[in-house]
Amino acid sequence: MNQVPDIYRILPEVILTLTGVAIMLTDATLAPRVARRPLGWVGALGTTLALWASLWQLSLPVGTGFYGTVETSPFTVFFHVLICGIVLVALLLSLDTLPEDSHHQGEYYALVVFGAVGMCLLTGAVELLLVFIALEISSIATYVLAGWRKSTGRGPEAAIKYFLLGSFATAFLLYGVALIFGATGTTQIYEIAQTVSGAKNQSLVLAALALMLVGILFKVSAAPFHVWTPDVYEGSPSPVVALLSTAPKAAAFALLLRVVYEMFPTLRAVWIPMLWVVAVLSMTVGNLAALRQQNVKRMLAYSSIAHAGYLLAAFAGLGASGIAAASFYTAAYAAMNVGIFAVITVASGYDETLPLVQDFRGLIYRSPLLGSLLIFFLVSLVGIPFTGGFFGKFYSFTAAVGGGAVWLAIIGLLNSGLAAAYYLRLALAAAQKPSPESSRGLASPQVAQVGVAVGAALALAVAATLVLGIVPGEVLRAAQAGAHTLLAIPAQPVPARVNLVQLPTP
Amino acid sequence: MNEINHLILTLIVLVPLAGAVLVALVPDRAKLPNWIALLTTLASFGLALHLPAHFNSGLPGFQYEVNIPWIESPAIFYHVGVDGLSLWLVVLTGLLGPIGVVASWNAIKDRRKVFYSLFLVQQTAMVGVFVSLDLMLYYGFWELSLVPMAILIAMYGRKDGPKAAMKFFLFTFIPSAPLLVAILWLYAQTGSFDFATLQILIAHGSFPAGPICWIAFAFLFAFAVKVPVFPLHGWLADTFCEAPVALAMVVAGKLGLYSMLRFHIGLFPEQARAVAPWLIALAVVGVLYGACLALVQRDFWKLMAFAALSHLSLITLGIYGMTFGGWTGAVYQILSHGVVDGALFLLLGVLYDRYATSQIDNYGGFASKLPRTATLFVIASLAMIGLPMLSGFVGEFLILSNTFLGVNKGWAIAATLGVILGAAYMLWLVQRLFYGPESALATSKAPCDLHFRERAILWPLAVLMLVMGLAPSIWLPTIQTGMHPPQLKGSVVVRSIPAVSSPGEVLR
Repeated sequence: MNQVPDIYRILPEVILTLTGVAIMLTDATLAPRVARRPLGWVGALGTTLALWASLWQLSLPVGTGFYGTVETSPFTVFFHVLICGIVLVALLLSLDTLPEDSHHQGEYYALVVFGAVGMCLLTGAVELLLVFIALEISSIATYVLAGWRKSTGRGPEAAIKYFLLGSFATAFLLYGVALIFGATGTTQIYEIAQTVSGAKNQSLVLAALALMLVGILFKVSAAPFHVWTPDVYEGSPSPVVALLSTAPKAAAFALLLRVVYEMFPTLRAVWIPMLWVVAVLSMTVGNLAALRQQNVKRMLAYSSIAHAGYLLAAFAGLGASGIAAASFYTAAYAAMNVGIFAVITVASGYDETLPLVQDFRGLIYRSPLLGSLLIFFLVSLVGIPFTGGFFGKFYSFTAAVGGGAVWLAIIGLLNSGLAAAYYLRLALAAAQKPSPESSRGLASPQVAQVGVAVGAALALAVAATLVLGIVPGEVLRAAQAGAHTLLAIPAQPVPARVNLVQLPTP
Repeated sequence: MNEINHLILTLIVLVPLAGAVLVALVPDRAKLPNWIALLTTLASFGLALHLPAHFNSGLPGFQYEVNIPWIESPAIFYHVGVDGLSLWLVVLTGLLGPIGVVASWNAIKDRRKVFYSLFLVQQTAMVGVFVSLDLMLYYGFWELSLVPMAILIAMYGRKDGPKAAMKFFLFTFIPSAPLLVAILWLYAQTGSFDFATLQILIAHGSFPAGPICWIAFAFLFAFAVKVPVFPLHGWLADTFCEAPVALAMVVAGKLGLYSMLRFHIGLFPEQARAVAPWLIALAVVGVLYGACLALVQRDFWKLMAFAALSHLSLITLGIYGMTFGGWTGAVYQILSHGVVDGALFLLLGVLYDRYATSQIDNYGGFASKLPRTATLFVIASLAMIGLPMLSGFVGEFLILSNTFLGVNKGWAIAATLGVILGAAYMLWLVQRLFYGPESALATSKAPCDLHFRERAILWPLAVLMLVMGLAPSIWLPTIQTGMHPPQLKGSVVVRSIPAVSSPGEVLR
């Protein structure tokens, strides 16, 4: 019997928590005039360590800790690495773009890191109460971050909208947890999976499934639960949106995968049509709305709704292929979306001097590097081969076709043709010669220099997008390994709750 | 030697890409990006010349093949190779590289790094399309070829670049979605993206007849837009007006026509035969329609666009006549059209550079001011018209005579009428640009004839046109090896590869 100390099961979270606490305490003890910027580097270092710790967890036998509440498996490691990677890029991005004089910088970095704790924990939790706690940890941090720009009205508006709607959605999730506890008498996901088909009151189970889906689909901003997304993205500072549009969604998708594939595999016939409808709605609503947007961040918000739809198409896939495709798409989406928000942050600055599509006109002439990168990430979002966006869509729709949802794939591909129109509008505006009026009129917005930290962030995003597009094999294998563990675990015996030291044999 | 043969195609694909990265890294100083781009394209052309030098025309099938796994799941292979069909197209693409760089030498004044990087990426994508034998790899390069084109049209458009770029991109991107579905469907049925495997499976009728018709149609539709075939040419005129010269000369034609031959007729011979009558009709309409519109254009870029539509339709006619001689003529005509169009675009680019207008009426009487430009323009125009002893004649003759003998006399006569109209608009263009009374434009500026770089490219091209017209037997035997037996399965014309050495024998 191979005993793994419980603490190893949550090592990345522990490292992140310690980093967050250290940042917060140092921030409190520093004199007000001392620059808080180095604390950001501390956060980046801690996140890197957490990333290594996650990779190290691969050497642990698959299993749970803390009385069957937290799991480590290739599945959790995949999402841990993804989330830590996103948070690292977001921190690097913030380092160079947050205003120098802000004496709240320390809190900012601490909140980002605490948010990461919640997101990581969410992907590893196999106990619904812990799921709820993890979701709250990540949500509260992101609510605060969304309202960071207090000087404009839009900041607090974004935070309040996000907070109110978010808490409402979390309540749905919690209600679902309560109902499933009522139906099965447990909140441990493996146990639910084993007992759910024998539960006496099936309508309770169905209600629980529906309520939980509402809560999670809100977090991934899938239509019709998407209305908060454009307002929040528009109001939040761009580096926060880089984080907000990717990391919590990756965590929520991990949870969704766990809920539908691991907890309710027997209800496949119920959740498949639900997700089918949500996927089609998200793609179509997202793309149609994005076509009309003039504000870049709102346009990308709708684009992220459409991408949630493409991703949900993968759920129509059978077993491992669907999970692997969804995991891969999450990674590809995160890489390119973090990248494009990074470019927008640098080009437009913290104060967002370039809110509209036509403001980006001639970016490639003003700054060839930023212009090229913007076009690169847009090309990836369109889904051109040799970028991550292509293989993401490719695997997702292949999985859908494999699961028999041919129409879903066709609707998805038509949608991605439609989406090319608005991505291209921005890309071509950036490629166009700057107009003579704009250079005279508004004193041609100065494009910020690309600093070391931002440079590293952009390089990471570009590298990830290219790797996923040119040699996706390795990442796909990791995603498949995760998929297999997700499907295999519920079949194994679950430790009795009273037997506190007993661990499942790997 | 074997080592080189193994690596050569990969090198031809990757050298421009490496050049693109290098251009992106060097400082934009003193024409440095131009020189790097020129050297890269020359190196790539040199490497491409290795292919015909060591090509064994005795062997049918693919040569210089490399087939290594690229992605495990789905099973995508890095499978490249050339046969008689693609061999010279790769060389042509290599040749058009340095021509494009020279054509842009002075025309592109700002953001040269971005321009030459994307230009070189475009070269990689085009060569990639011609050498890929794995459908997924092919699709990758096919899509990749759209991106630099669209960005460069938007960046350097003459009037409204982004609009033309958007039109071009959406016109070609949206039909490629059904193409991708079709490729995935084939994969779902067979578990393979490999061209040869699929070809054999389809030839043995391992697929249900209903879906395969739709699959073949999805392939055809994507290619027909790219060529473009008659009612799908909406993007062509705007793109020709807005695109930088170096890209306008490669944007239409060869990728789509090659794909028709390789992936539509090659994979779905039965289905292709079924739609052939429709395409023949559309092609003939395209020949006449393009020629008529070219006659009335006032802008020489637009004239070139409709002339291209007319010529490309003639090649489509050769392809869908489904005769062996027609195919050979079509490939030869693609090569000739590439060379001639390259030269004409370069010369018109020279005029546009010097005088900043594309309105034909503004020109006139330039022959005495720019004698070299005029001479070369006349040679290229005659080659384009299809004057015997110049390159355009061989292909046109093969296509028209095979259509006449093997397909339908009426269509052949109608298409020949289009060719006559072609002579009319080209000669009239020459007359209006270079002869007649001297225009205000001609006297307004000190004449500035061709630079050394331009002459160094254009004279060899003129010689090439002459050689292609006089000695087609240098090219034709190799091209004929590219028409595989599977491609001709069930063909009424030829059942195996005849040992042919001259175009005359093809006809018999």
